[in-house]
Amino acid sequence: MESTIVKSVNYNAYFGDNHVVKDVNIDIPRNNVIAVMGPSGCGKTTFLRGINRMHELIPGATAKGKILLNTEDVMEMHPIFVRLKIGMVFQRPNPFPNLSIYDNVIAGYKLNGIKLPKAEKDKIVEHSLTRVALWKEVKDSLTKKGSFLSGGQQQRLCIARAVAMEPEVLLFDEPTSALDPISTSTVEELFHELKKNYTLIIVTHNMQQAARVSDKTAFFYMGELVEYDDTKQMFTNPKDTRTQNYITGRFS
Amino acid sequence: MTQLENEIKDIKAEVLSMWYLVESQMKKARTAMLHFDRDLAREVVLKERRVNAFELKLDRDCENIFALYCPVAVDLRFLLAVLKINNNLERIGDIAEGIAKYIIESLSDFDHASFMETELIRMFDDSISILADTRLAFEKEDTILARSIFKRDEVLDRINANAISKVTECIKSDMNLINDALYVLSIIRKLERVGDQSKNIAEEIIFYIEAKVLKHNEDIN
Repeated sequence: MESTIVKSVNYNAYFGDNHVVKDVNIDIPRNNVIAVMGPSGCGKTTFLRGINRMHELIPGATAKGKILLNTEDVMEMHPIFVRLKIGMVFQRPNPFPNLSIYDNVIAGYKLNGIKLPKAEKDKIVEHSLTRVALWKEVKDSLTKKGSFLSGGQQQRLCIARAVAMEPEVLLFDEPTSALDPISTSTVEELFHELKKNYTLIIVTHNMQQAARVSDKTAFFYMGELVEYDDTKQMFTNPKDTRTQNYITGRFS
Repeated sequence: MTQLENEIKDIKAEVLSMWYLVESQMKKARTAMLHFDRDLAREVVLKERRVNAFELKLDRDCENIFALYCPVAVDLRFLLAVLKINNNLERIGDIAEGIAKYIIESLSDFDHASFMETELIRMFDDSISILADTRLAFEKEDTILARSIFKRDEVLDRINANAISKVTECIKSDMNLINDALYVLSIIRKLERVGDQSKNIAEEIIFYIEAKVLKHNEDIN
């Protein structure tokens, strides 16, 4: 049986008085890809950012309830430690423009003041870039700036940067919305590989992408988790009418 | 209404047009058989091309929707069901054509009275009525009506199962009926297939509406 890696218990998130995530209870199994979808403003990104405590970085933002990582409440953990265990990749590729590809990959260690011998760093860089299928493309240009890479390569570099910290969970906020179809396809292929070692939670507006890459799908509407089920079930026979209306484009 | 909804509405209308044509083919085949109207039988054979054209168009239209709209959930189930219903209707069209061909090929008009015991006419009427009710179930998305088809198909199965012994009796009573008897038996076999095809269609209607797979399920009744 699949073990739960992340579990939210009555999780609520607010921006001031605005209640944007309402009593979300969800169990996320280890080594699965979970797609989170829903219309704009439904609270899916806020929920995602709540998982690694990035939500609270926004002034006026608060949260209630629990997010458990391996049964440990992330609210009780040091936020930096949480983010080491739960990495995040954003919509637009954001490699550090002044850093080389090599330094981008190990940026997490540098920023956290973790000093490593050169051989160890080399190993992490090669390992991380291999995991994101970028090593062969950049192994001869590791000293070049990350910003010289194409959009798709930059996004994979960002994933490598997250992977380098050996997290358990990777959060993706619309990771391919700024990419062309070829780069999107490469990143989607990567998800299948990454899930062997990590648990992936992906917020996406692209329903076909959710159907292609995820094992389970969560549908959010007006801050509520309306339905959470196996992706095959959700896309062939959703139980809730709101989910059916959303995925068939009949949402008004 | 979204563009996909419009496309699906058009497909449904197309399926119904095909259905009416196939029903009309069956009715004409029945009339041709009852009155040995070979001209009408020839019309059925000619119109089979239209049934085939419907099948090809529906296949193509469904394929386009799959490629252009990536349908999911109820839309996906509808299109998958339509592809199979389309195939079943085309087969029923073939059956009507097959019966019409028997009428054209038969050397002389055969005596229905000799074959009353086989319930051939009743079987013909039942199979046409089952086909019409299956269409209604599709049109009105009525799964209760669709489920009723399973029981009615059993009547056709029973007539078919009893046909051999009854046809044999007819032949025993008059050896000159051998040729006619073979035609009657072949028509009965074909009509039994209409029941099976209608049952398959009813299963697809239930799959599309309720997302339940009844195929190969012994307990569907």
